[in-house]
Amino acid sequence: MSGSGEHLQWQPVIGLEIHAQLSTKSKIFSGAATAYGGEPNTQACAVDLGLPGVLPVLNGEVVRMAIMFGLAVDATIANRSIFARKNYFYPDLPKGYQISQFELPIVHGGHLLVADQGGETFRVGITRAHLEEDAGKSLHEAFQGMTGIDLNRAGIPLLEIVSEPDMRSAAQAVAYMRKIHSLVRYLGICDGNMQEGSFRCDANVSVRPRGSETLGTRAELKNLNSFRFVERAIEIEIERQIELIEGGGDVVQETRLYDENRDETRPMRSKEEAEDYRYFPDPDLLPVLITEDAIAAIRTTLPELPDARQQRLMAQFSFGAELTGQLTASRAVADYFESVVSQSKADAKLVANWITGELSAHLNRYQVAIETCPVPAPVLAGLLDRIADGTVSGSGAKEVLVALWEGEGDADSIIEARGLEQLSDSGAMGKIADQVLADNPSQVEQYRSGKTKVLGFLVGQVMKATAGKANPKELSALIKSKLDGDG
Amino acid sequence: MHDKSVIELQRALRARSISSVEIVEACLARIEALDRRLNCLITVTGQRALEQARAADIRLAAGNAGPLTGIPLLHKDLFCTRGVRTSCGSRMLDNFLAPYDATVVERLEAAGMCMLGKTNMDEFAMGSSTESSYYGPTRNPWDTDRVPGGSSGGSAAAVAARLSPLATCTDTGGSIRQPAAMCGITGIKPTYGRVSRFGLVAFASSLDQGGVMGRSAEDAALLLSAMAGFDPRDSTSIDRPPEDYTATLGDSLSGLRIGVPKEYFNAGLDAGVGDRVSEALDEFQRRGAIIRDLSLPHAALSIPVYYVVAPAECSSNLSRYDGVRFGHRAEGAADLIAMYKRSRSEGFGAEVKRRIMVGTYVLSAGYYDAYYLKAQQLRRRISEDFQQAFQEVDVLMGPTTPGVAFKLGEKSGDPITMYLCDVYTTGVNLAGLPAASIPVGFADGLPVGLHLIGNYFQEARLLNVAHQYQQSHDWHLQTPRSIV
Repeated sequence: MSGSGEHLQWQPVIGLEIHAQLSTKSKIFSGAATAYGGEPNTQACAVDLGLPGVLPVLNGEVVRMAIMFGLAVDATIANRSIFARKNYFYPDLPKGYQISQFELPIVHGGHLLVADQGGETFRVGITRAHLEEDAGKSLHEAFQGMTGIDLNRAGIPLLEIVSEPDMRSAAQAVAYMRKIHSLVRYLGICDGNMQEGSFRCDANVSVRPRGSETLGTRAELKNLNSFRFVERAIEIEIERQIELIEGGGDVVQETRLYDENRDETRPMRSKEEAEDYRYFPDPDLLPVLITEDAIAAIRTTLPELPDARQQRLMAQFSFGAELTGQLTASRAVADYFESVVSQSKADAKLVANWITGELSAHLNRYQVAIETCPVPAPVLAGLLDRIADGTVSGSGAKEVLVALWEGEGDADSIIEARGLEQLSDSGAMGKIADQVLADNPSQVEQYRSGKTKVLGFLVGQVMKATAGKANPKELSALIKSKLDGDG
Repeated sequence: MHDKSVIELQRALRARSISSVEIVEACLARIEALDRRLNCLITVTGQRALEQARAADIRLAAGNAGPLTGIPLLHKDLFCTRGVRTSCGSRMLDNFLAPYDATVVERLEAAGMCMLGKTNMDEFAMGSSTESSYYGPTRNPWDTDRVPGGSSGGSAAAVAARLSPLATCTDTGGSIRQPAAMCGITGIKPTYGRVSRFGLVAFASSLDQGGVMGRSAEDAALLLSAMAGFDPRDSTSIDRPPEDYTATLGDSLSGLRIGVPKEYFNAGLDAGVGDRVSEALDEFQRRGAIIRDLSLPHAALSIPVYYVVAPAECSSNLSRYDGVRFGHRAEGAADLIAMYKRSRSEGFGAEVKRRIMVGTYVLSAGYYDAYYLKAQQLRRRISEDFQQAFQEVDVLMGPTTPGVAFKLGEKSGDPITMYLCDVYTTGVNLAGLPAASIPVGFADGLPVGLHLIGNYFQEARLLNVAHQYQQSHDWHLQTPRSIV
């Protein structure tokens, strides 16, 4: 891998334009449904088709969502913003223009602090976030010698989030993108589904000599729809530009497409040679007027945001940054964690370790989101209680989790049915221990002569004799007391 | 029967002395007899009209009829009508059957009106003579060698020829008032936002406004009352309670302050037209109104500003006619770009192309500030002039047009001369004000229109002023002799 950190003489400069699909039920300017996966053109009404005479009516939900985003990134919410028409001809653009925002976007001047993989924090300025409608889709494969047009996507609401060119490596770009991805899902304004195109980005990439203040000529990488592609596309674009410049060439300002199969970027055939979109205010829509009172009201509905939540968990439980980072990366995980903690007598650290360890492993293995986890928070809490009170051992608990995942009932009934209870009755355990000590006189001798390491062997023998049901902590203490005492 | 007012028809229907079916049949017969010569209609919808008439007769018999139930009307062919061709006077939409009804169409159908057909118009409402229609020009019933004005020329000529008592129409720069003046009928363009634009095929969205044409102010008031009102499907529609515009028709004009802008009596004004307007002003004075001369300093800018703003919006509004989903598609195009170019080249006429090109130019990078932005700034100045005037007066008056109806072909070769037909009317659209035109006599045997401009939402006042004038003059009742 050719990480950009290796380019000692060149500094990459990256800015992202992220398109987040807002999770509304109906489209931004019509009443048609936004659900994914409908038969072509079944979710497109007269307005989406751009029939003569139809008019757009703004869906108020998108305004609320854009304001939530703006508040979450400490941005300014415009008291007056304007929808503009971006004019160009394309078959999947029914009106011959896209309704977007140009001069006066609803959100501008925000920022985010992002931690990179090394844990170092960098700041990314958010130039603006504006509302716009998506276009339809051209289907080239389905028809012989013809192109089909599916307008189900036409009019889907998008929030385009434009960053400053504040990132200096592909890894930073991905870290920023992940942060936005997490944020919009925390806010409940975007489902973040990248396969379905709900969250995608364009990357503006340039390089300049290290120490230079002026920006190099940039290339725009279009339509990157996975974190992996974003990272890879930016890396190879940086390589390409450096090689080009070092070979005496010049970077051309152009739009490029990342081809994941060939692992290269190449120039896109442009929609129009000279792009002049002839933006002007859309006369069919009124300016969007937002009062300070409305903004304040929306502010009260903001959930606790990832950074604040991480800080709180660190303070509340004395956890480290890495663990809290994992717990708060998604709102659903953090909610799950806090729900288990509140319902369980187990130590919060044990809860955290189980969620980021065993449970995560299951979720990953079966590709299940925590929102639909077959082991709901109260059920996991029930299991962790049994670990905490010593009823079940750690290894026994792993077996219980598998059974819980399979839906075999609650922790208590599974422990009982499978006989996974630990022996913690010191009477019964004491007898077995006495027997083991009697059977292993030389090890007892070794211990007493100072080779205390053999304690583990003796504990293991008792474990074996109890078929693993003994509580290891208690057992260890019991044998130790027998050996150290007069026994 | 074709000479009866809407109120007279309404009384006859209520008295059951005539049925709606009989009225509609009479109108259809008259269309059949006269329209070959006049070409007011692009599409006759006789079946639909008769069905609506039968339904209206049932309502009338049941006693749950509204004021317009059973009354026939015509729609300008840019209001979408479900299942009926909505052509906009263009080859581009010759094959377009709208799958939905415009709000205006829907409301008037609900009121029980009977749609006789769709009227001819300048292509996409761009013109002042109805000569740019793909379906050929409409002729003026007062002199069939002359134009009826435009773009709502089909509606105006049809009402003047008594093919229908009422017609809908639209006004972007004068397209209701100018043909109303040239055809000797009453027409009113309401305040921008008072009548829904949903289903009205757009020319210039910030200027387009639907309105009404009838013989008298009273007839127009009846139709406008049924048509106007808030529509949640049009974001620029204004949320105000509906009004009964007939309620104040009888109010006295004593003390009415009438402003006469000196800019409306400039060198380009035909002397005969000027004389008729002066005589009308005298009549208002006799009725107790106070006439005051005033100035609208930026009035001369309204034509240049209009011909930047309207083409800019039109160039974008007409982008959807690309042959992909509906409308004309050129056959045998080798690729996408060729299909676009040929479909649009074949589908649009010369004036539409001219305005698309002008509009594209003024919105282009490097020209936007000098043209579009500048025009928007001046548009505000023009509005402010009107607001200044309405501090001092209640209504503004002047000639609707600089001259009477001109001959077919007389101006069609010279766009600038044609554009100047709208010199007194475009300012009103730029400001979004309501305005009307009423007949006030003849010059050279052709009708002359008086232009009445009110402040926002003063439609009732305009109709009251017009109605009072029509109590002492019968210009609006005169029928073209050549037609009878």
